[in-house]
Amino acid sequence: MSAPDEARATVGGSAASGAAEPRAGVPDAIAPKPFPRRFHQASWDEPVIFELSTPGARGVLLPPLEPAIRAAVGDPAAALPAGVGRARPPQLPELAQLHVLRHYDRLSQENLGVDLDIDVGQGTCTMKYSPKVNEGLVRSHKLAELHPLQDPSTVQGILELMWRLERFLAEISGMDRVTLQPAAGSQAIWTNVAMIRAYHAARGEAATRDEVVTTIFSHPSNAAAAKVAGYRVITLYPDPETGHPSLDALRAAVSERTAALLVTNPEDTGIFNPDIDAFVRLVHEAGGLAAYDQANANGILGITRARDAGFDLCHFNLHKTFSTPHGSGGPAAGACGVTADLGPFLPAPTIERVADGTFTLDHDRPQSVGKMRPWYGVAPNLVRAYAWIRSLGPDGLRAVAETAVLNNNYLLAKVLEIEGASAPYAVGKRRIEQVRYSWQALAEATDVHSEELGVRMADFGTHYWTSHHPFVVPEPMTLEPTESYSKADLDEYAAMLREVAREARETPETVHSAPHASTIHQIDPSWFDDPERWAVTWRAYLRKHGGRGAAETGRAAPGVSASHAADA
Amino acid sequence: MPEQPIVHPYIPNTIPEIRAEMLAAVGATDVEDLYEEIPERLRLRRPLDVPPALRSEAQLVREVGGLLERNRSTRELLSFLGAGCYEHQVPAVCDEINGRAEFLTAYAGEPYEDHGRFQALFEYGSMMGELLDMDVVNVPVYDGFQAAATALRMAARVTGRTRLLLTDAIGRDKRSKIADYCAPDLVLETVPFDQASGELDRQALAALLRDDVAAVYVEQPNHLGVVETGLAEAVEAAHRVGALAVVSVDPSTLGVLAPPASVGADIACGDIQPLGIHQHFGGGHGGFIASADDPRIVMQYPSRLFGIAPTCVAGEYGFGDVAYERTSFALREEGHEWVGTAAALWGITAGVYLALMGPQGMRELGESEMARTRYAMGRLAALPGVRIPFERSHHVQEFVADFSETGRTVADVNRALLERGILGGADLSAQFPTLGQAALYAVTEVRAQADIDRLAVALGEVLA
Repeated sequence: MSAPDEARATVGGSAASGAAEPRAGVPDAIAPKPFPRRFHQASWDEPVIFELSTPGARGVLLPPLEPAIRAAVGDPAAALPAGVGRARPPQLPELAQLHVLRHYDRLSQENLGVDLDIDVGQGTCTMKYSPKVNEGLVRSHKLAELHPLQDPSTVQGILELMWRLERFLAEISGMDRVTLQPAAGSQAIWTNVAMIRAYHAARGEAATRDEVVTTIFSHPSNAAAAKVAGYRVITLYPDPETGHPSLDALRAAVSERTAALLVTNPEDTGIFNPDIDAFVRLVHEAGGLAAYDQANANGILGITRARDAGFDLCHFNLHKTFSTPHGSGGPAAGACGVTADLGPFLPAPTIERVADGTFTLDHDRPQSVGKMRPWYGVAPNLVRAYAWIRSLGPDGLRAVAETAVLNNNYLLAKVLEIEGASAPYAVGKRRIEQVRYSWQALAEATDVHSEELGVRMADFGTHYWTSHHPFVVPEPMTLEPTESYSKADLDEYAAMLREVAREARETPETVHSAPHASTIHQIDPSWFDDPERWAVTWRAYLRKHGGRGAAETGRAAPGVSASHAADA
Repeated sequence: MPEQPIVHPYIPNTIPEIRAEMLAAVGATDVEDLYEEIPERLRLRRPLDVPPALRSEAQLVREVGGLLERNRSTRELLSFLGAGCYEHQVPAVCDEINGRAEFLTAYAGEPYEDHGRFQALFEYGSMMGELLDMDVVNVPVYDGFQAAATALRMAARVTGRTRLLLTDAIGRDKRSKIADYCAPDLVLETVPFDQASGELDRQALAALLRDDVAAVYVEQPNHLGVVETGLAEAVEAAHRVGALAVVSVDPSTLGVLAPPASVGADIACGDIQPLGIHQHFGGGHGGFIASADDPRIVMQYPSRLFGIAPTCVAGEYGFGDVAYERTSFALREEGHEWVGTAAALWGITAGVYLALMGPQGMRELGESEMARTRYAMGRLAALPGVRIPFERSHHVQEFVADFSETGRTVADVNRALLERGILGGADLSAQFPTLGQAALYAVTEVRAQADIDRLAVALGEVLA
């Protein structure tokens, strides 16, 4: 008997007949699966790549240098003066190709994305399906191998696509002109702030208009970008009942010093400010501009538009509303829309269609704020966004918005059934595309905090994000169930939340000590804030901690999460 | 046949029965009820004016693929374009890893369920740290432009000063970005380059240096392709007046060039597009900022910094945010600048590239480029009327060719080259008028001798 046969005989328990006997203790039927599901994430205990190095190994080779070149020029690298040429080779790891691939494949398995989990827990970030058909389009050499300085006659396809995408976004926002140059949402905010600054400067009011008004439930980059631009930032807080700032609060903040209002609507609470046009009017009356952060546009595509509320500028995050994948935190893509009055200040170059129907890049824009980033935009994401809009059409975009809002209100109803959960502000009112919930009641009853609940969710194969700081909503959790998720997905996600909340009440240590089924276990976060111990690179780790095996081990402080952030 | 409602493949809850069931569950009769908080006066009461849906993948590929088909890529044209975006060999494993669904479609999970991206980005920073000989490297910002602008703002915060001295051998778009980003409160001044060597004019630098200078900004190699052999002296001069030295470096040259840290640079910055990322029509950029592990500088980064730490299981690595309280995520406008979605996937990709290349690959890359570039310089210099103004200086992968004496403009020459299927060097004539009809030629490791010979023959015909 060969070795495999022998093994099978042992497993089956009956070598003679070949038919396996029932295994003791296993019921004679497959039971229904538990709900929510059991899960364990991949956990390869993967070393840091430097530890996988074998001196001499090669991962990839280069085209060999032709002997005629060598004969003609010798070795110019050897002729570099001392101190200019590299003296010691960089201490990079050396691995064969398969071993590099395997290492990163393993790391990828230790990660969750929209393609794997029910990713409704990353509120404000609009985690939606990025269609695979679009991946094939952007990986073609007809896009991937285009140089941005090629003669425009050789890149008419991509220029026309970008020109058309600008028009789509102008229609969706109601604005006159759009630029696709910003690399991401925060840079789009900065671009709008730069145009606001240029607009006031052109009117001789740059020095006197030195304040920007924003709201606490608008993305922190609104306040931060305004600050970098030299503005004093005034932040409005919500009315405790309605959840959005009152017109009176705005009136008190606005003056002849106001350069602009930077505001999200619906805000990160999912509450739509119905007075938004009055807000814009008030700012206009004071001579300021109004910029609409449309990071939260997913629920209002084709429903309401920035220009129709009077805004002068707006921006979209194409990696949110327009489906481009989030890439573990970028590359993203931003797009700014402006009225005709602000058009001269757009970043250069702009894409123009000329008389013969071809497309050119117009660099001659004397009032332009200049360059926000190299070249013209994050082209692969522009192609994805264009393809996504084309695949949906007007009815499909409307279905996106309506379904995102339906999903959100459905999930809201399910979450509010969970003991200890609430949705502060605007009680009983509809929300648009997301909700900032509070676990305050649960935390008070159990001393289990929202961050811990979010970590425990990892044991069910998903996660959630609390919210941006400061936590104006106590013990926050922000959920945004985009149109990509089915009713069954939402039911499953709500069941996971319900289960974790039950554990908090009944077996709180399970939550305190989570994760249990994730790639790793609780981290000691104290290293990250201690200059003596933090290590941002492997070399710093080796220097400070003496190398492998020297890592301190010990239980992390209870209730302290190692990370605080979303890339949003 | 009555029209059936469309159930969209990307929108599962467009199934009519499920939609009705969910509406009932939230006490609505129509989805319009859910928009009751949006006043009628703000509602758009017509369909969006965008083209009708291309519902099938076949239609979509025909339309979008058809548009892209009209482009001619650098696989079809022989390209000598660089100037900040480079055609290098992109190993297949780089594309394989950045196409992995788990990395491609993840975002901002915590260090537990997204351990993989934290480790991959920590390793990216660690390998960049080896290349740069520095202990701190950020999670990538948008691109090399942003990295330079932020590095200069960091230097201003560290020193409490407001004057910035920038080399004039810098791309004009990059200078525009830095100017816009620093305009509100910092003053930019230009240090000329030596017209004979193309290197920074160190005497001019000395004349501009005072104790109100926050930073001296130099590029290695500079935008004209020239290696700054006086970098050490420039750094030393900056330090003498208490200014920081900020050096932007092309990381793909660091197999052969000394890292800026070796001559005392305080902050290094640059773009990672050359490290395993396609050109993407200029959409493949990511920026790095690096420094020594000095809290005085570390606390000025606006970016995320991922660090390593122990977990409660022996031998297990955990990762998380270092010194998070400096960021705008933590402090809004009281943080440094801002942090947001930038270029993480390109960071992971650059890490894969460096792991594949190893020290030997990076060395060979630089040697190959230097030899090919020098060979191309020689071939062009032999053409009548073509001058290589900085021929005696060191170059890695780019050089300036001056066509003034041929009586032709660069635009003219490039048009004629394009008719022969060649993309000539980037036209510098508008941005660097003192250089005449100058073009910046890039010669990376993928440009074979036959490619360079073909260029030389074509130029010979064009200029005849």
